[in-house]
Amino acid sequence: MSDDVAVSIEDVSKRFRLYQDRGTSLKERFVKRGKSRYEDLWALQNVSFEVAEGETVGIMGHNGSGKSTLLKSICGVLQPTSGQIVVNGSIAGLLELGAGFQHELSGRDNIYLNGSMLGLSKKEIDDIFDDIVEFAELDKFIDNQVKFYSSGMYVRLGFAVAVNVNPDILVIDEVLAVGDERFQRKCISRIREFQDQGKTIIFVSHASHLVRAICNRAVVMDRGNVITISNPGDAIRTFRDSLLAVEDRRNPQKANGQDTSGAATAERDAARTVRIEQVRLNGSIPGVQPNVKTGESIKIEVDYHASKRVEGATFTFELWLGESTEEPMPLMLRSSDEEGFIFSLEEGHNTAVITVPVWPLTDGTYFLNVGVATQNEGMMLDWKEKAVTFETVFEGRSEGILCLPYEIALRDQ
Amino acid sequence: MGTQGHETEDNSAVPGVLERTKVSRVVSAKTSVPQRVTEIWRSRELLGHLISSSIKVKYKNSALGLVWSMVNPAMTLIIYWFVFGVVLHNAIPNFVIYLVSGLLFFNFFQTGVQMATGTIVDNAGLVKKVAFPREILCLAAVGTSGVFLFFQGIVMVLFLVVLQYAPDWGLLWMLVPVFVATAIFTSALGIALGAINVYLRDMKHLIDVILTAWFWGTPIVYSFAATIYPHLVRSSLTWLYMINPLNPIVLTTQRVIYGHPIVHLTSPGAPLMQLLPSWGWNTYLFMDLGVIAGSLVLLWIAMAIFGRLEGNFAETL
Repeated sequence: MSDDVAVSIEDVSKRFRLYQDRGTSLKERFVKRGKSRYEDLWALQNVSFEVAEGETVGIMGHNGSGKSTLLKSICGVLQPTSGQIVVNGSIAGLLELGAGFQHELSGRDNIYLNGSMLGLSKKEIDDIFDDIVEFAELDKFIDNQVKFYSSGMYVRLGFAVAVNVNPDILVIDEVLAVGDERFQRKCISRIREFQDQGKTIIFVSHASHLVRAICNRAVVMDRGNVITISNPGDAIRTFRDSLLAVEDRRNPQKANGQDTSGAATAERDAARTVRIEQVRLNGSIPGVQPNVKTGESIKIEVDYHASKRVEGATFTFELWLGESTEEPMPLMLRSSDEEGFIFSLEEGHNTAVITVPVWPLTDGTYFLNVGVATQNEGMMLDWKEKAVTFETVFEGRSEGILCLPYEIALRDQ
Repeated sequence: MGTQGHETEDNSAVPGVLERTKVSRVVSAKTSVPQRVTEIWRSRELLGHLISSSIKVKYKNSALGLVWSMVNPAMTLIIYWFVFGVVLHNAIPNFVIYLVSGLLFFNFFQTGVQMATGTIVDNAGLVKKVAFPREILCLAAVGTSGVFLFFQGIVMVLFLVVLQYAPDWGLLWMLVPVFVATAIFTSALGIALGAINVYLRDMKHLIDVILTAWFWGTPIVYSFAATIYPHLVRSSLTWLYMINPLNPIVLTTQRVIYGHPIVHLTSPGAPLMQLLPSWGWNTYLFMDLGVIAGSLVLLWIAMAIFGRLEGNFAETL
């Protein structure tokens, strides 16, 4: 193994035995000897990949895809059934914020307890103690018992300890979803600092915009297997596809289950009730990158086909700034039901038209992601990642990304 | 306990930025016992924090706090003294001292094993979410029991002072090997039982019963030399009783603290009684070293068992 590999996952499998009714007393064990029935569930199957030092890797997958099992194995909470994981450097796992807090103890005591669980000496914790308290914004409450903390305070303290411990490798499981937005931003900027210091981060999230914004690479998992390791953009596309596949698995009468081969994918596509066929921007021709001038109106046409009537459909669209090579920035992520636009889609071909009266942005490359979802179940019916990529050339002379329409006049004339 | 050692680490250069030497760790189904020992050694500070937090939690909302850990053994002592010394007319002089010297390390052992057996299950939340060598939890239970031992030691000293009783000063150092032997034996048992209890939850109840039997099988309220020893010598089966590691431990402590192998009974006529075996100190020491050696073997086995069972903790809990 070379020096610059932080985590090396080597052919790891993990089996869970799901017992229907397992005795936990001597008597039950004796009575049910050999009779307790169980099913084997392979949460991980021959998973292998490496995470280089300084890299940020996102892990995506629907519930039950094995991503949390993988994360726990990397942290050492679970041991793989076969294969091994080699971790080079200190590791701090945020599997659950505030795990390991003793409710009866004060925040201060818990910082020491938690810090030593993450492998720090008392002296090292002394050094970072003030930073932790400041980051968690708990200076007034640090000597209160943790059981009196609000859930927000609890989460802040947990995150503050983990990031200030300053490990070589930080492992985060979905925890950024909690906490208010301001604190989330603070956490993300802390994660960026981490990246700047060349630390390794492994990050599990459903939030694809976070994965896109933070990660260098992303791993998509489905039923214990790694199905893609690639740049975040492609991985997110695969992830959405695998989500659709899960929907199909839950409705086997629509799809025949198999979804690993290309033919099966086509079959699944056919089984979807709504399919986005084409997305045009200002009447653009597919394959030709459209240009949009600052200040003109834009019209997004979404051609779709519904194989049957769909009630309560909403269109979602995301506007992003940036090429795939850079770090794209989300500009506008909307779902039409937020504005009260909910549609009943009739069977057959139709086109949804989204109009924006004034395009206010200046120079740059932008792309649109477009999707159709049902409002009630929040189920994504179809999704087109980078449905349209377009460029804007600003004709004005001044700098600045935004060019809003404005008027100017002198009051007394 | 718990004073910070001088850790000369090279992180003094940039304050706030910790530079640690990179450690490589392998997570797999099989880790050898030496690897486990290394991991535990790395987490030794955690052991201290776990012990102190368990003590803090235990007495958090009680007014007397740690005083309870002295009141409890003192009360037990007084009850035993009352039952055996007063009601049953036990004629051993200074019976309280005899009792306290026998109870001291037995309590350490008993409390340690009891707490260690339940500790993995009790800390399920921790075991499922945080990675650290899980044996530490069992060791912390033994360590907590060690803190209680310290306070019981204070109770014992109080009794010695009040009754103006002098231990055998020349042999006082023998309490060190006794402590080491008890600590290792308790840890070995605690680690094995803590792991087994995850799968067989009634181990905890079973162990309570066994410990009660163990208490009466150890010469704490009665005299080994006066009751069992003569039979053993006659049938040359002394070693059988000595298989109980608590026996040498308790006998040595009694020899050190109580001090007098032969006593004048307090009953009228005052005949002599062989209360403790009249062995030389080296015999006692030899037995204690034997317990240490045996316990180290047990500890190895216990950690191997723990290692086998640990893999499924997080999913079984």
